[in-house]
Amino acid sequence: MKSEALSHIRICDFTGQLAGAGATRWMAAFGAEVIRIEDPVRLGKWDVLRGTSPFVDERRGHEFGGCFNNHNVEKLGVTLNLRTERGKELLTEIIAVSDAVTENFAAGVLERLGFGYDRLKKIKPDILYVSNCGFGHVGPYRKYKTWGPIVQACCGLTFTSGLPDMPSAGWGYSYMDHHGGNFMAMAIMAGLIHRNRTGEGQWIDMSCTDAGATMLGPVALDYTVNGRPLRRDGMPYSNRSQFPAMAPHGIYEADGHDAWLALAARDDRDWQAIAGLMDIDDRRYDDLPGRLAHEDELDDAVRAWTSARDRFKAAAELQASGVPAAGVAKPVDRIDNDPNTEAWGLWPTVTHGEMGRVRVDGIPAHFSETDWVLGQGGPLLGQHNRQVLGGLLGLSDGELADLAAEGVI
Amino acid sequence: MAGNDLPGALEGTRVVELAGEASAFAGQMLAGMGAEVIVVEPPGGHHTRSFEPFLDNEPGLERSLWWWHYNVSKLSVTLDMDDDADRERFCSLVGTADVVLESERPGRLADMGIDHDVLRADHPELIWVSLTPFGHSGPRSQEESIDLTVLAAGGPVWNCGYDDHAIPPQRGGGNQGYQTGSIFAVLSAQTALLARDRTGHGQFVDVSLHAAANVTTEFGSVQWLVAGAEVQRQTGRHAAVEPTTFTRALSVDGIDVNTGFPPRSARDFGVVLSWMEVLGLKDQFEEAFFLEMGAALEEDLHLSQVGQDAEATAIFGAGREAVRFIAQNVTAYEFFIGAQERGLAVGIIYSPEEVLADPHFQERGFPVEVEHEDLGRSFTYLGAPYIAPKSPYRIRHRAPHVGEHNHILEALS
Repeated sequence: MKSEALSHIRICDFTGQLAGAGATRWMAAFGAEVIRIEDPVRLGKWDVLRGTSPFVDERRGHEFGGCFNNHNVEKLGVTLNLRTERGKELLTEIIAVSDAVTENFAAGVLERLGFGYDRLKKIKPDILYVSNCGFGHVGPYRKYKTWGPIVQACCGLTFTSGLPDMPSAGWGYSYMDHHGGNFMAMAIMAGLIHRNRTGEGQWIDMSCTDAGATMLGPVALDYTVNGRPLRRDGMPYSNRSQFPAMAPHGIYEADGHDAWLALAARDDRDWQAIAGLMDIDDRRYDDLPGRLAHEDELDDAVRAWTSARDRFKAAAELQASGVPAAGVAKPVDRIDNDPNTEAWGLWPTVTHGEMGRVRVDGIPAHFSETDWVLGQGGPLLGQHNRQVLGGLLGLSDGELADLAAEGVI
Repeated sequence: MAGNDLPGALEGTRVVELAGEASAFAGQMLAGMGAEVIVVEPPGGHHTRSFEPFLDNEPGLERSLWWWHYNVSKLSVTLDMDDDADRERFCSLVGTADVVLESERPGRLADMGIDHDVLRADHPELIWVSLTPFGHSGPRSQEESIDLTVLAAGGPVWNCGYDDHAIPPQRGGGNQGYQTGSIFAVLSAQTALLARDRTGHGQFVDVSLHAAANVTTEFGSVQWLVAGAEVQRQTGRHAAVEPTTFTRALSVDGIDVNTGFPPRSARDFGVVLSWMEVLGLKDQFEEAFFLEMGAALEEDLHLSQVGQDAEATAIFGAGREAVRFIAQNVTAYEFFIGAQERGLAVGIIYSPEEVLADPHFQERGFPVEVEHEDLGRSFTYLGAPYIAPKSPYRIRHRAPHVGEHNHILEALS
């Protein structure tokens, strides 16, 4: 069973890693036919995640990468050796019946494979082509190489996370690989909506660093309007609330090993509830200016209460008083022990041809009529050659056998 | 692409957004794609207009830069949702919309009789995107929640912080919990619009901030899902099951850089060696001998050799130290450009204002001037996430004043 939301869309997909594969993952979850083109000679390793950890067991190799499976659920896998003329012909036939061609190679790679935008347009005049790389295809850094942490550094997001007088804490994962993929999905769907309304294709040049920089928030205007840079004494201090101002607002020590509690007072009412619960009686804290002026002391007072308490029990007490609070969740807490992620169906189990049944990231939106479906794991190398080259392009089993013998697929 | 004033992809699509802190970014992005986004505020203005920072640091209804940023390109109408006549007007307005976007507490609009269940009867083509902390149906759907608690409960915070675990884990800045949910709200609206092209029907989409955070932590989730392993936070690099080595260096101008992945190929060792020579640093680097061995490698170093094979370990370590040594002896920008021009993937840790000043972002037209004719001034805003030449994503105009477009309501009756 597939979702029917995007079942009318076919994508010829060269994406890899997460920054690209994440884009077509969303679309595949909603029923788009995503045909992943992979190189049979290099065993699909232009996406290095095919063979890297985590692994479900002791088996290794290009069918056992845990992240590859996670990022490529519900996609079809086709092998084409684009060094051969026949491989190029078959790719041309797939493009001719596709709505979009998507890739996140370094700038210029698809062009060198013989399938730059001019060629794609000749194959299918209304084709949508979405390229995605660290710095885009235009600009002085277009040839520079990136991956998540480099993107996050260069777009300003790494700097915004951390404590004063300390190095940046940054993001402890490739935040911009997720959102590089998400913004790429946004670009693909915007391009398809435009094509549906006008009949016109285009080449959309997506840059992960541009996308990341759109997420900097109001802090950018504080500089361009008020001349106040974020690189200044006392900043950033990202566990505190900058915009809007709140105090207390932080992540406080709780009882237990590496256990932490997040809580905040959005307003004076929240503060009164916190003060009552924690038995803090200090008139200086009655209003926000007072709490901000003595924030370090205030944090100490809050910590004196939190540090002796279990983070989840303390959060429940604060919530019962109407105060926003949450224990800092470890993977086990939010994946195995959170009734809300379970009720959501947030960690669906897919079936992979070699790994078997594996849990993956779900989708954080539920649609009343055409909801997502994640059941099929990432494709094995060439798993859908027969379905796509036979079913879609009409090649016979004999022709497929010849192509395999000739090293084309 | 500056000056491209063609219609956007969503031109002709009307979005009615109930003003909200979590969904404001979603509305801003839909407006960037050309949708007509009408933000509905209470008559005195939405409370986010009281959020810092302010123009010239003075509070005022039309002075919040938070409002300016998240509501750029939108239109504003004012409605008192506690007033029967205004609720009727809201329903009429929704009747003209393709998409409703809201982040009200689950149940609130149902109690008022103006939720999707009620309005879809007359408007089967209506798409309704609701962005709430935990979604509409889960056991935690009524919890109090803000950006901080979304990120703490949803996983990101556990992954971010410092090697020293006596220091609290960190929440990244910039409302990323809200913004992550908003991005999924936009993808949802687009997906529902594409589905409607085929079916003619709208639908209700329940987007959860908490779920959004949960599925955007990369290894933080996948390590647990696949291998049952728990990652641990590290300073400025990926949280990992096994500790990894530094990627940070402090340059001579006091700006940090990310030194990337250490050299492994003969080519990269050769590049590092010759760069050191150009800078006159080779003689000061005691392990240059190992770099020369690296430059003579016949096969790339494999990570599995490191820690096992003494020579490979020494060469690999020297490469990493050499890149850091260069970084510590030049400015951050010289390091970034010098390494990247030589084919080494490294990064400069820019603050937001430095991004806007960078020549690459400028050449791509990323910083955008927005006219504030009401103030007789213009200001630089963050631009588009991608360049779409036929359907540009762009800022249309400054954020609206309170009720600036109430004429839209008059046209309804």
